[in-house]
Amino acid sequence: MNIEGKKIIWSQYQKEIADNDYFYARSCVRQSFFPGSETTFMKIVRDDLGKNISEHPFHTTCTGIAYHSDVVPFETTMTVIARQFALMTESGFQNYVPSCITSFGMYNEVLETWHHFPEVEMKVRKMLKEATGKEFEKPKNLVHSSDIIYKFRKEIAEKGKYRLINRFTGEPIRVVEHIGCHYSKMFPSKGVGGAEYPHVLVGMIEEWGGEVVDYPERRHCCGFGFRQYVVKANRGYSIACSKKKFESMQPYRPEAILTNCPGCPFFFDRWQYAISEMEGKTYGENGQGIPVLTYEELAGIILGYDPWDLGFQTHQVPVEPLLDKIGIPYDPEKKFLGKNGEFIGRPDMPDNLKFCH
Amino acid sequence: MGWLYDLMSKDVRFVEGLKACINCGTCTAICPAAEFYNYDPRILVTTLQTRDDEKIEALLKSDFIWYCGECMSCKTRCPRGNVPGGLISVCRSFSQDLGYFIESEKGRQQLAVKRTIGEWILDHGYCLFPQQIEPESHPEQGPVWEWITNSLKEVYGRFDATYQEEGPGILRKIPQDSLDELKRIFDVTGGTERFEKLEEYSKKKAEEMGLEFSPGQKSEYYLHVYNFNSNKHGKDEH
Repeated sequence: MNIEGKKIIWSQYQKEIADNDYFYARSCVRQSFFPGSETTFMKIVRDDLGKNISEHPFHTTCTGIAYHSDVVPFETTMTVIARQFALMTESGFQNYVPSCITSFGMYNEVLETWHHFPEVEMKVRKMLKEATGKEFEKPKNLVHSSDIIYKFRKEIAEKGKYRLINRFTGEPIRVVEHIGCHYSKMFPSKGVGGAEYPHVLVGMIEEWGGEVVDYPERRHCCGFGFRQYVVKANRGYSIACSKKKFESMQPYRPEAILTNCPGCPFFFDRWQYAISEMEGKTYGENGQGIPVLTYEELAGIILGYDPWDLGFQTHQVPVEPLLDKIGIPYDPEKKFLGKNGEFIGRPDMPDNLKFCH
Repeated sequence: MGWLYDLMSKDVRFVEGLKACINCGTCTAICPAAEFYNYDPRILVTTLQTRDDEKIEALLKSDFIWYCGECMSCKTRCPRGNVPGGLISVCRSFSQDLGYFIESEKGRQQLAVKRTIGEWILDHGYCLFPQQIEPESHPEQGPVWEWITNSLKEVYGRFDATYQEEGPGILRKIPQDSLDELKRIFDVTGGTERFEKLEEYSKKKAEEMGLEFSPGQKSEYYLHVYNFNSNKHGKDEH
Protein backbone atom coordinates (compact mmCIF):
# COMPACT_ATOMS: atom_id res chain seq x y z
CA MET A 1 0.00 0.00 0.00
CA ASN A 2 1.38 3.38 -0.95
CA ILE A 3 0.59 5.45 2.15
CA GLU A 4 2.05 8.63 0.70
CA GLY A 5 -0.20 8.33 -2.34
CA LYS A 6 -3.23 7.84 -0.13
CA LYS A 7 -2.28 10.88 1.91
CA ILE A 8 -2.12 12.98 -1.25
CA ILE A 9 -5.55 11.77 -2.38
CA TRP A 10 -7.18 12.39 1.01
CA SER A 11 -5.53 15.80 1.35
CA GLN A 12 -7.81 16.90 -1.48
CA TYR A 13 -10.77 16.33 0.83
CA GLN A 14 -9.39 18.41 3.71
CA LYS A 15 -9.64 22.16 4.11
CA GLU A 16 -7.96 24.74 6.25
CA ILE A 17 -10.21 26.15 8.97
CA ALA A 18 -8.76 29.12 10.84
CA ASP A 19 -8.26 28.60 14.56
CA ASN A 20 -9.45 32.00 15.77
CA ASP A 21 -10.43 35.58 14.87
CA TYR A 22 -13.56 35.21 12.80
CA PHE A 23 -15.57 37.84 10.93
CA TYR A 24 -19.15 36.56 10.99
CA ALA A 25 -21.73 37.36 8.29
CA ARG A 26 -25.33 36.56 9.15
CA SER A 27 -27.83 34.79 6.90
CA CYS A 28 -31.13 36.32 5.78
CA VAL A 29 -32.89 32.94 5.99
CA ARG A 30 -31.33 31.74 9.25
CA GLN A 31 -32.07 35.03 11.02
CA SER A 32 -35.68 34.95 9.90
CA PHE A 33 -36.58 31.31 10.47
CA PHE A 34 -34.05 30.04 13.03
CA PRO A 35 -33.27 33.19 14.99
CA GLY A 36 -31.96 31.25 17.99
CA SER A 37 -29.31 29.50 15.91
CA GLU A 38 -27.11 32.50 15.12
CA THR A 39 -27.33 33.79 18.68
CA THR A 40 -26.33 30.32 19.87
CA PHE A 41 -23.42 30.15 17.42
CA MET A 42 -22.00 33.40 18.74
CA LYS A 43 -22.35 32.22 22.35
CA ILE A 44 -20.69 28.87 21.65
CA VAL A 45 -17.75 30.39 19.78
CA ARG A 46 -17.25 33.25 22.25
CA ASP A 47 -18.21 31.78 25.59
CA ASP A 48 -17.71 28.02 25.30
CA LEU A 49 -14.74 27.97 22.94
CA GLY A 50 -13.20 31.29 24.01
CA LYS A 51 -12.60 32.52 20.47
CA ASN A 52 -12.59 36.03 19.04
CA ILE A 53 -15.55 36.57 16.71
CA SER A 54 -17.01 39.81 15.44
CA GLU A 55 -19.72 41.04 13.11
CA HIS A 56 -20.44 44.39 11.52
CA PRO A 57 -23.80 46.13 11.94
CA PHE A 58 -23.51 47.55 8.40
CA HIS A 59 -23.23 44.22 6.62
CA THR A 60 -26.21 43.38 4.45
CA THR A 61 -27.50 40.53 2.35
CA CYS A 62 -25.04 39.23 -0.23
CA THR A 63 -28.05 39.25 -2.67
CA GLY A 64 -27.94 35.42 -2.70
CA ILE A 65 -31.58 34.48 -3.28
CA ALA A 66 -31.98 37.29 -5.83
CA TYR A 67 -28.77 36.29 -7.62
CA HIS A 68 -29.80 32.65 -7.89
CA SER A 69 -33.30 33.74 -8.96
CA ASP A 70 -31.44 35.88 -11.51
CA VAL A 71 -33.05 39.27 -10.94
CA VAL A 72 -29.65 40.63 -9.86
CA PRO A 73 -26.68 40.71 -12.31
CA PHE A 74 -23.40 38.98 -11.45
CA GLU A 75 -21.56 42.34 -11.45
CA THR A 76 -23.95 43.68 -8.81
CA THR A 77 -23.56 40.60 -6.64
CA MET A 78 -19.77 40.66 -6.92
CA THR A 79 -19.67 44.31 -5.87
CA VAL A 80 -22.01 43.78 -2.91
CA ILE A 81 -19.74 40.92 -1.84
CA ALA A 82 -16.71 43.19 -2.29
CA ARG A 83 -18.41 45.62 0.10
CA GLN A 84 -18.75 42.83 2.70
CA PHE A 85 -15.03 42.11 2.31
CA ALA A 86 -14.36 45.84 2.80
CA LEU A 87 -16.26 45.73 6.12
CA MET A 88 -14.14 42.73 7.16
CA THR A 89 -10.97 44.60 6.18
CA GLU A 90 -12.04 47.75 8.04
CA SER A 91 -12.67 45.64 11.13
CA GLY A 92 -9.15 44.19 11.01
CA PHE A 93 -10.15 40.59 10.26
CA GLN A 94 -8.97 38.13 7.60
CA ASN A 95 -11.08 35.05 8.32
CA TYR A 96 -14.56 35.35 6.79
CA VAL A 97 -17.33 33.09 8.16
CA PRO A 98 -20.75 33.29 6.51
CA SER A 99 -23.74 31.69 8.22
CA CYS A 100 -25.47 31.05 4.91
CA ILE A 101 -24.54 28.22 2.53
CA THR A 102 -25.83 30.15 -0.49
CA SER A 103 -23.53 33.01 0.53
CA PHE A 104 -20.64 30.60 1.14
CA GLY A 105 -21.07 29.22 -2.39
CA MET A 106 -21.26 32.70 -3.86
CA TYR A 107 -18.17 33.95 -2.02
CA ASN A 108 -16.34 30.92 -3.42
CA GLU A 109 -17.73 31.57 -6.90
CA VAL A 110 -16.66 35.21 -6.78
CA LEU A 111 -13.15 34.45 -5.48
CA GLU A 112 -12.69 31.70 -8.10
CA THR A 113 -13.90 34.07 -10.83
CA TRP A 114 -11.44 36.73 -9.72
CA HIS A 115 -8.66 34.11 -9.63
CA HIS A 116 -9.31 33.04 -13.21
CA PHE A 117 -10.29 36.50 -14.51
CA PRO A 118 -8.17 39.10 -12.66
CA GLU A 119 -9.58 41.80 -14.93
CA VAL A 120 -13.02 41.15 -13.44
CA GLU A 121 -11.63 41.69 -9.94
CA MET A 122 -10.09 44.99 -11.09
CA LYS A 123 -13.42 46.07 -12.56
CA VAL A 124 -15.26 45.21 -9.33
CA ARG A 125 -12.70 47.13 -7.26
CA LYS A 126 -13.32 50.17 -9.45
CA MET A 127 -17.11 49.85 -9.22
CA LEU A 128 -16.99 49.47 -5.44
CA LYS A 129 -14.75 52.52 -5.12
CA GLU A 130 -17.05 54.55 -7.34
CA ALA A 131 -20.19 53.51 -5.48
CA THR A 132 -18.96 53.56 -1.89
CA GLY A 133 -15.36 54.83 -1.74
CA LYS A 134 -14.39 51.51 -0.14
CA GLU A 135 -11.39 49.24 -0.76
CA PHE A 136 -10.87 45.69 0.44
CA GLU A 137 -8.57 42.74 1.01
CA LYS A 138 -9.72 39.29 0.04
CA PRO A 139 -10.23 36.87 2.96
CA LYS A 140 -7.22 34.79 3.93
CA ASN A 141 -9.52 32.03 5.09
CA LEU A 142 -13.14 31.50 3.98
CA VAL A 143 -15.14 28.82 5.78
CA HIS A 144 -18.78 28.17 6.54
CA SER A 145 -19.88 28.52 10.17
CA SER A 146 -20.60 24.76 10.30
CA ASP A 147 -16.89 24.23 9.58
CA ILE A 148 -16.07 26.04 12.83
CA ILE A 149 -18.38 23.79 14.87
CA TYR A 150 -16.92 20.78 13.03
CA LYS A 151 -13.37 21.88 13.85
CA PHE A 152 -14.18 22.15 17.55
CA ARG A 153 -16.58 19.17 17.77
CA LYS A 154 -14.29 17.32 20.19
CA GLU A 155 -14.03 20.32 22.53
CA ILE A 156 -17.84 20.66 22.42
CA ALA A 157 -18.17 16.95 23.27
CA GLU A 158 -15.75 17.35 26.18
CA LYS A 159 -17.63 20.35 27.58
CA GLY A 160 -21.00 18.77 26.78
CA LYS A 161 -23.66 17.79 29.32
CA TYR A 162 -25.49 15.40 27.01
CA ARG A 163 -24.77 12.74 24.40
CA LEU A 164 -26.92 11.67 21.47
CA ILE A 165 -28.02 8.50 23.25
CA ASN A 166 -31.57 7.29 23.80
CA ARG A 167 -31.84 7.19 27.59
CA PHE A 168 -34.54 4.50 27.48
CA THR A 169 -32.69 2.03 25.25
CA GLY A 170 -29.04 3.08 25.56
CA GLU A 171 -28.86 3.10 21.76
CA PRO A 172 -27.38 5.99 19.72
CA ILE A 173 -29.90 8.48 18.31
CA ARG A 174 -30.38 7.78 14.60
CA VAL A 175 -29.74 10.94 12.56
CA VAL A 176 -29.86 11.65 8.84
CA GLU A 177 -27.70 14.53 7.69
CA HIS A 178 -28.35 16.86 4.78
CA ILE A 179 -25.62 19.07 3.39
CA GLY A 180 -26.70 22.27 1.60
CA CYS A 181 -26.02 21.86 -2.13
CA HIS A 182 -23.86 24.97 -2.41
CA TYR A 183 -21.56 23.85 0.43
CA SER A 184 -19.47 21.65 -1.84
CA LYS A 185 -21.32 20.64 -5.01
CA MET A 186 -20.01 23.70 -6.86
CA PHE A 187 -16.47 23.74 -5.46
CA PRO A 188 -15.78 20.35 -3.86
CA SER A 189 -12.36 21.35 -2.54
CA LYS A 190 -13.98 24.07 -0.40
CA GLY A 191 -15.97 21.63 1.76
CA VAL A 192 -14.79 19.19 4.44
CA GLY A 193 -14.80 15.85 2.61
CA GLY A 194 -15.62 17.46 -0.72
CA ALA A 195 -18.78 16.62 -2.63
CA GLU A 196 -18.10 12.88 -2.47
CA TYR A 197 -17.50 12.40 1.26
CA PRO A 198 -18.96 15.45 3.01
CA HIS A 199 -17.99 14.92 6.62
CA VAL A 200 -18.89 18.23 8.21
CA LEU A 201 -22.14 17.02 9.81
CA VAL A 202 -21.20 13.33 10.07
CA GLY A 203 -18.22 14.35 12.21
CA MET A 204 -20.48 16.20 14.65
CA ILE A 205 -23.09 13.42 14.92
CA GLU A 206 -20.52 10.68 15.50
CA GLU A 207 -18.42 12.73 17.92
CA TRP A 208 -21.49 13.53 20.00
CA GLY A 209 -22.62 9.89 20.26
CA GLY A 210 -25.24 9.58 17.52
CA GLU A 211 -25.52 7.17 14.60
CA VAL A 212 -25.50 8.48 11.04
CA VAL A 213 -28.22 6.84 8.96
CA ASP A 214 -27.66 6.51 5.23
CA TYR A 215 -30.56 6.55 2.77
CA PRO A 216 -30.85 6.52 -1.03
CA GLU A 217 -31.71 10.19 -1.63
CA ARG A 218 -29.25 11.54 0.92
CA ARG A 219 -27.62 13.97 -1.52
CA HIS A 220 -30.77 15.13 -3.33
CA CYS A 221 -31.56 18.85 -3.06
CA CYS A 222 -34.10 19.95 -0.41
CA GLY A 223 -36.00 21.69 -3.21
CA PHE A 224 -35.48 25.36 -2.42
CA GLY A 225 -34.68 26.13 -6.05
CA PHE A 226 -34.76 29.88 -5.27
CA ARG A 227 -37.46 31.14 -7.71
CA GLN A 228 -39.07 27.69 -7.42
CA TYR A 229 -40.06 28.56 -3.86
CA VAL A 230 -40.24 32.35 -4.00
CA VAL A 231 -43.08 32.31 -6.57
CA LYS A 232 -46.21 30.61 -5.25
CA ALA A 233 -47.07 28.97 -8.58
CA ASN A 234 -43.75 27.07 -8.53
CA ARG A 235 -43.82 25.63 -5.04
CA GLY A 236 -44.82 22.17 -6.30
CA TYR A 237 -41.18 21.74 -7.35
CA SER A 238 -39.99 22.52 -3.86
CA ILE A 239 -42.35 20.25 -1.93
CA ALA A 240 -41.84 17.41 -4.43
CA CYS A 241 -38.07 17.43 -3.81
CA SER A 242 -38.49 17.38 -0.03
CA LYS A 243 -41.16 14.68 -0.25
CA LYS A 244 -38.85 12.50 -2.32
CA LYS A 245 -36.32 12.72 0.50
CA PHE A 246 -38.85 12.04 3.28
CA GLU A 247 -40.15 8.95 1.46
CA SER A 248 -36.59 7.76 0.96
CA MET A 249 -35.47 8.28 4.56
CA GLN A 250 -38.61 7.09 6.38
CA PRO A 251 -37.91 3.32 6.10
CA TYR A 252 -34.63 3.87 7.96
CA ARG A 253 -36.52 5.39 10.93
CA PRO A 254 -34.46 8.54 11.50
CA GLU A 255 -35.06 10.31 14.80
CA ALA A 256 -33.73 13.67 13.61
CA ILE A 257 -32.59 15.48 10.46
CA LEU A 258 -29.41 17.58 10.81
CA THR A 259 -28.61 20.36 8.33
CA ASN A 260 -25.93 23.00 7.73
CA CYS A 261 -27.75 25.26 5.23
CA PRO A 262 -30.28 27.77 6.60
CA GLY A 263 -32.87 27.03 3.89
CA CYS A 264 -32.90 23.23 4.04
CA PRO A 265 -34.13 22.91 7.66
CA PHE A 266 -36.85 25.46 6.91
CA PHE A 267 -38.13 23.40 3.97
CA PHE A 268 -37.85 20.06 5.77
CA ASP A 269 -39.75 21.55 8.73
CA ARG A 270 -42.51 23.34 6.80
CA TRP A 271 -43.00 20.79 4.02
CA GLN A 272 -43.56 18.02 6.59
CA TYR A 273 -46.39 20.17 7.93
CA ALA A 274 -47.76 20.90 4.44
CA ILE A 275 -47.69 17.20 3.43
CA SER A 276 -49.49 16.29 6.65
CA GLU A 277 -52.21 18.85 5.82
CA MET A 278 -52.44 17.84 2.14
CA GLU A 279 -52.24 14.07 2.45
CA GLY A 280 -52.56 13.28 6.14
CA LYS A 281 -49.12 11.71 6.01
CA THR A 282 -46.47 12.09 8.71
CA TYR A 283 -42.94 10.73 8.67
CA GLY A 284 -41.98 10.32 12.33
CA GLU A 285 -43.26 7.99 15.03
CA ASN A 286 -46.91 8.00 16.15
CA GLY A 287 -48.14 10.85 13.97
CA GLN A 288 -45.16 13.03 14.76
CA GLY A 289 -42.82 14.58 12.24
CA ILE A 290 -39.09 14.00 12.10
CA PRO A 291 -37.51 16.86 14.11
CA VAL A 292 -35.25 19.03 11.96
CA LEU A 293 -32.24 20.68 13.54
CA THR A 294 -29.59 23.18 12.60
CA TYR A 295 -26.02 22.28 13.65
CA GLU A 296 -26.04 25.22 16.09
CA GLU A 297 -29.13 23.82 17.78
CA LEU A 298 -27.58 20.35 18.01
CA ALA A 299 -24.36 21.77 19.49
CA GLY A 300 -26.53 23.78 21.90
CA ILE A 301 -28.36 20.63 23.01
CA ILE A 302 -25.05 18.88 23.69
CA LEU A 303 -23.78 21.86 25.70
CA GLY A 304 -26.95 21.98 27.78
CA TYR A 305 -28.48 25.24 26.53
CA ASP A 306 -32.15 25.84 27.34
CA PRO A 307 -34.19 24.48 24.37
CA TRP A 308 -36.25 27.69 24.18
CA ASP A 309 -33.06 29.80 24.04
CA LEU A 310 -32.09 27.66 21.04
CA GLY A 311 -35.36 28.62 19.36
CA PHE A 312 -37.18 25.28 19.07
CA GLN A 313 -40.48 27.12 19.55
CA THR A 314 -40.06 28.54 16.03
CA HIS A 315 -40.14 25.03 14.50
CA GLN A 316 -43.40 23.72 13.08
CA VAL A 317 -42.30 20.11 13.66
CA PRO A 318 -41.87 19.80 17.45
CA VAL A 319 -38.42 18.84 18.74
CA GLU A 320 -39.68 17.76 22.19
CA PRO A 321 -39.84 14.02 21.30
CA LEU A 322 -36.09 14.11 20.59
CA LEU A 323 -35.38 16.07 23.78
CA ASP A 324 -37.39 13.50 25.76
CA LYS A 325 -35.39 10.61 24.30
CA ILE A 326 -32.06 12.19 25.19
CA GLY A 327 -33.32 13.34 28.59
CA ILE A 328 -32.94 17.08 28.10
CA PRO A 329 -35.11 19.01 30.57
CA TYR A 330 -37.41 21.80 29.37
CA ASP A 331 -40.32 23.71 30.80
CA PRO A 332 -43.36 23.52 28.45
CA GLU A 333 -44.81 26.57 30.21
CA LYS A 334 -41.91 28.67 28.96
CA LYS A 335 -42.19 27.69 25.28
CA PHE A 336 -44.35 30.57 24.14
CA LEU A 337 -42.97 33.45 26.15
CA GLY A 338 -41.97 36.81 24.69
CA LYS A 339 -38.79 38.79 25.18
CA ASN A 340 -39.65 39.91 28.69
CA GLY A 341 -40.93 36.53 29.81
CA GLU A 342 -44.64 37.20 29.39
CA PHE A 343 -46.97 34.71 27.65
CA ILE A 344 -47.72 35.80 24.07
CA GLY A 345 -50.29 33.20 23.01
CA ARG A 346 -49.94 29.83 21.31
CA PRO A 347 -49.97 28.80 17.63
CA ASP A 348 -53.06 26.94 16.40
CA MET A 349 -52.87 23.16 16.31
CA PRO A 350 -52.20 21.55 12.91
CA ASP A 351 -54.90 19.13 11.73
CA ASN A 352 -52.71 16.07 11.42
CA LEU A 353 -49.14 16.65 12.55
CA LYS A 354 -48.74 16.18 16.30
CA PHE A 355 -47.76 19.45 17.93
CA CYS A 356 -46.56 20.19 21.47
CA HIS A 357 -48.30 23.06 23.21
CA MET B 1 -21.82 32.40 -34.71
CA GLY B 2 -24.35 35.25 -34.41
CA TRP B 3 -24.71 38.42 -32.36
CA LEU B 4 -26.64 36.74 -29.55
CA TYR B 5 -24.08 33.99 -29.04
CA ASP B 6 -21.33 36.63 -29.19
CA LEU B 7 -23.11 38.72 -26.59
CA MET B 8 -23.56 35.79 -24.23
CA SER B 9 -19.91 34.82 -24.67
CA LYS B 10 -18.93 38.06 -22.95
CA ASP B 11 -20.22 36.69 -19.63
CA VAL B 12 -17.35 34.92 -17.81
CA ARG B 13 -19.80 32.31 -16.54
CA PHE B 14 -20.60 31.40 -20.14
CA VAL B 15 -16.91 30.99 -20.93
CA GLU B 16 -16.36 28.88 -17.80
CA GLY B 17 -19.56 26.87 -18.09
CA LEU B 18 -19.58 25.86 -21.76
CA LYS B 19 -16.77 23.51 -22.69
CA ALA B 20 -17.59 20.58 -24.96
CA CYS B 21 -20.70 18.59 -24.12
CA ILE B 22 -20.40 14.90 -24.99
CA ASN B 23 -24.15 14.29 -24.54
CA CYS B 24 -23.62 11.70 -21.82
CA GLY B 25 -26.73 12.90 -19.93
CA THR B 26 -25.15 12.64 -16.47
CA CYS B 27 -26.40 16.15 -15.64
CA THR B 28 -29.95 15.16 -16.58
CA ALA B 29 -29.80 12.00 -14.49
CA ILE B 30 -28.96 13.96 -11.32
CA CYS B 31 -31.07 17.07 -11.99
CA PRO B 32 -34.03 17.65 -9.59
CA ALA B 33 -35.70 19.95 -12.15
CA ALA B 34 -35.46 17.31 -14.89
CA GLU B 35 -37.38 14.97 -12.62
CA PHE B 36 -40.18 17.46 -11.97
CA TYR B 37 -40.44 19.57 -15.11
CA ASN B 38 -40.14 18.91 -18.81
CA TYR B 39 -36.55 20.03 -18.49
CA ASP B 40 -33.24 18.57 -19.59
CA PRO B 41 -29.91 20.31 -18.89
CA ARG B 42 -28.26 18.22 -21.61
CA ILE B 43 -30.57 19.78 -24.19
CA LEU B 44 -29.70 23.22 -22.83
CA VAL B 45 -25.97 22.71 -23.35
CA THR B 46 -26.33 21.09 -26.76
CA THR B 47 -28.61 23.93 -27.91
CA LEU B 48 -26.11 26.58 -26.82
CA GLN B 49 -23.35 24.54 -28.42
CA THR B 50 -25.00 24.86 -31.83
CA ARG B 51 -24.21 28.61 -31.74
CA ASP B 52 -27.40 29.03 -33.72
CA ASP B 53 -28.92 32.39 -32.74
CA GLU B 54 -32.39 31.43 -33.89
CA LYS B 55 -32.44 28.41 -31.60
CA ILE B 56 -30.89 30.36 -28.73
CA GLU B 57 -33.44 33.17 -29.05
CA ALA B 58 -36.27 30.63 -28.97
CA LEU B 59 -34.68 29.14 -25.85
CA LEU B 60 -34.52 32.53 -24.10
CA LYS B 61 -38.19 33.14 -24.91
CA SER B 62 -39.32 29.75 -23.58
CA ASP B 63 -40.36 28.37 -20.19
CA PHE B 64 -37.43 25.94 -20.43
CA ILE B 65 -34.76 28.19 -18.92
CA TRP B 66 -36.90 28.99 -15.86
CA TYR B 67 -37.31 25.41 -14.63
CA CYS B 68 -33.81 24.98 -13.13
CA GLY B 69 -33.43 25.35 -9.34
CA GLU B 70 -29.72 26.28 -9.54
CA CYS B 71 -28.80 23.59 -7.00
CA MET B 72 -25.67 23.09 -9.14
CA SER B 73 -25.66 19.31 -8.72
CA CYS B 74 -24.84 19.24 -12.45
CA LYS B 75 -21.54 21.03 -11.88
CA THR B 76 -20.27 18.32 -9.56
CA ARG B 77 -20.99 15.54 -12.00
CA CYS B 78 -20.22 16.79 -15.51
CA PRO B 79 -17.20 14.83 -16.74
CA ARG B 80 -16.27 17.65 -19.10
CA GLY B 81 -16.51 20.57 -16.70
CA ASN B 82 -19.67 22.13 -18.13
CA VAL B 83 -21.92 24.03 -15.74
CA PRO B 84 -25.51 23.83 -17.01
CA GLY B 85 -26.81 25.60 -13.86
CA GLY B 86 -24.43 28.51 -14.48
CA LEU B 87 -25.40 28.66 -18.15
CA ILE B 88 -29.04 28.91 -17.07
CA SER B 89 -28.12 31.99 -15.06
CA VAL B 90 -26.53 33.55 -18.16
CA CYS B 91 -29.57 32.66 -20.30
CA ARG B 92 -31.92 34.20 -17.75
CA SER B 93 -29.82 37.36 -17.52
CA PHE B 94 -30.02 37.96 -21.26
CA SER B 95 -33.66 36.89 -21.46
CA GLN B 96 -34.47 39.68 -18.99
CA ASP B 97 -32.14 42.31 -20.43
CA LEU B 98 -33.46 41.72 -23.97
CA GLY B 99 -37.11 41.58 -22.86
CA TYR B 100 -37.59 37.96 -23.95
CA PHE B 101 -38.74 36.82 -20.49
CA ILE B 102 -42.27 38.17 -20.95
CA GLU B 103 -42.87 35.67 -23.76
CA SER B 104 -43.17 32.72 -21.35
CA GLU B 105 -45.38 31.99 -18.35
CA LYS B 106 -42.44 31.11 -16.11
CA GLY B 107 -40.36 34.02 -17.37
CA ARG B 108 -43.09 36.54 -16.54
CA GLN B 109 -42.80 35.49 -12.89
CA GLN B 110 -39.55 37.46 -12.65
CA LEU B 111 -41.57 40.56 -11.86
CA ALA B 112 -42.78 38.87 -8.67
CA VAL B 113 -39.21 37.94 -7.72
CA LYS B 114 -38.09 41.53 -8.31
CA ARG B 115 -40.95 43.02 -6.30
CA THR B 116 -40.35 40.74 -3.30
CA ILE B 117 -36.72 39.64 -2.86
CA GLY B 118 -35.31 42.37 -5.13
CA GLU B 119 -37.07 45.27 -3.46
CA TRP B 120 -36.50 43.93 0.07
CA ILE B 121 -32.76 44.08 -0.63
CA LEU B 122 -32.88 47.79 -1.43
CA ASP B 123 -35.55 48.72 1.13
CA HIS B 124 -34.31 46.70 4.10
CA GLY B 125 -30.88 45.23 3.23
CA TYR B 126 -32.13 41.63 3.42
CA CYS B 127 -33.26 39.06 0.86
CA LEU B 128 -36.05 38.15 3.26
CA PHE B 129 -38.09 40.46 5.40
CA PRO B 130 -40.38 38.62 7.85
CA GLN B 131 -42.82 41.54 8.16
CA GLN B 132 -43.69 41.06 4.51
CA ILE B 133 -43.86 37.27 4.36
CA GLU B 134 -47.62 37.16 4.85
CA PRO B 135 -49.19 33.89 6.07
CA GLU B 136 -51.89 34.08 3.35
CA SER B 137 -49.23 34.04 0.61
CA HIS B 138 -47.42 31.26 2.45
CA PRO B 139 -49.95 28.70 3.73
CA GLU B 140 -47.17 26.10 3.86
CA GLN B 141 -45.56 28.05 6.68
CA GLY B 142 -48.17 26.77 9.08
CA PRO B 143 -49.58 28.09 12.37
CA VAL B 144 -46.14 28.66 13.92
CA TRP B 145 -45.30 31.29 11.31
CA GLU B 146 -48.63 32.98 11.93
CA TRP B 147 -47.79 32.99 15.65
CA ILE B 148 -44.36 34.50 14.89
CA THR B 149 -45.72 37.19 12.56
CA ASN B 150 -48.39 38.14 15.11
CA SER B 151 -45.67 38.94 17.67
CA LEU B 152 -42.51 39.63 15.68
CA LYS B 153 -40.86 41.89 18.23
CA GLU B 154 -41.64 39.55 21.09
CA VAL B 155 -40.44 36.40 19.34
CA TYR B 156 -37.27 37.79 17.76
CA GLY B 157 -36.59 40.01 20.76
CA ARG B 158 -36.18 36.88 22.88
CA PHE B 159 -33.02 36.01 20.94
CA ASP B 160 -31.44 39.39 20.32
CA ALA B 161 -32.11 42.80 21.75
CA THR B 162 -31.31 44.56 18.47
CA TYR B 163 -34.27 43.26 16.43
CA GLN B 164 -35.05 46.18 14.07
CA GLU B 165 -32.80 48.40 16.18
CA GLU B 166 -29.36 49.73 15.35
CA GLY B 167 -26.28 47.67 16.20
CA PRO B 168 -25.22 44.09 15.48
CA GLY B 169 -27.54 41.13 15.89
CA ILE B 170 -30.34 39.22 14.18
CA LEU B 171 -32.63 41.20 11.87
CA ARG B 172 -31.09 44.46 13.02
CA LYS B 173 -32.13 47.66 11.29
CA ILE B 174 -29.68 48.26 8.46
CA PRO B 175 -28.61 51.94 8.64
CA GLN B 176 -29.77 54.24 5.83
CA ASP B 177 -26.12 54.95 4.87
CA SER B 178 -25.61 51.25 4.14
CA LEU B 179 -28.86 51.06 2.16
CA ASP B 180 -27.70 54.10 0.17
CA GLU B 181 -24.42 52.30 -0.59
CA LEU B 182 -26.34 49.26 -1.80
CA LYS B 183 -28.45 51.46 -4.08
CA ARG B 184 -25.34 53.13 -5.53
CA ILE B 185 -23.80 49.69 -6.14
CA PHE B 186 -26.98 48.70 -7.99
CA ASP B 187 -26.80 51.93 -10.02
CA VAL B 188 -23.15 51.48 -10.98
CA THR B 189 -23.24 47.75 -11.75
CA GLY B 190 -26.42 47.34 -13.77
CA GLY B 191 -28.71 46.12 -10.98
CA THR B 192 -30.97 49.17 -11.18
CA GLU B 193 -31.12 48.93 -14.97
CA ARG B 194 -32.21 45.29 -14.74
CA PHE B 195 -34.96 46.19 -12.26
CA GLU B 196 -36.18 48.99 -14.56
CA LYS B 197 -36.27 46.66 -17.55
CA LEU B 198 -38.23 44.05 -15.59
CA GLU B 199 -40.83 46.71 -14.79
CA GLU B 200 -40.90 48.22 -18.26
CA TYR B 201 -41.29 44.95 -20.20
CA SER B 202 -43.79 43.58 -17.66
CA LYS B 203 -45.93 46.70 -18.02
CA LYS B 204 -45.96 46.22 -21.76
CA LYS B 205 -47.03 42.58 -21.36
CA ALA B 206 -49.74 43.53 -18.84
CA GLU B 207 -51.23 45.93 -21.40
CA GLU B 208 -51.14 43.19 -24.02
CA MET B 209 -52.89 40.78 -21.65
CA GLY B 210 -55.42 43.41 -20.54
CA LEU B 211 -54.40 43.16 -16.89
CA GLU B 212 -54.13 46.10 -14.50
CA PHE B 213 -50.53 47.01 -13.69
CA SER B 214 -49.38 49.09 -10.71
CA PRO B 215 -46.57 49.02 -8.11
CA GLY B 216 -46.66 46.64 -5.17
CA GLN B 217 -48.03 43.15 -4.80
CA LYS B 218 -51.75 43.62 -5.33
CA SER B 219 -52.19 44.49 -9.02
CA GLU B 220 -53.94 42.05 -11.36
CA TYR B 221 -50.77 41.40 -13.33
CA TYR B 222 -48.64 40.79 -10.21
CA LEU B 223 -51.18 38.39 -8.73
CA HIS B 224 -51.48 36.62 -12.07
CA VAL B 225 -47.75 35.96 -12.50
CA TYR B 226 -47.33 35.03 -8.82
CA ASN B 227 -50.23 32.55 -8.71
CA PHE B 228 -50.98 31.29 -12.21
CA ASN B 229 -49.89 27.81 -13.19
CA SER B 230 -51.07 26.44 -16.54
CA ASN B 231 -49.93 22.98 -15.39
CA LYS B 232 -48.33 22.45 -18.77
CA HIS B 233 -44.78 22.13 -17.49
CA GLY B 234 -44.43 18.53 -16.37
CA LYS B 235 -43.25 15.60 -18.42
CA ASP B 236 -46.77 14.17 -18.72
CA GLU B 237 -48.28 17.42 -19.98
CA HIS B 238 -46.40 17.36 -23.29
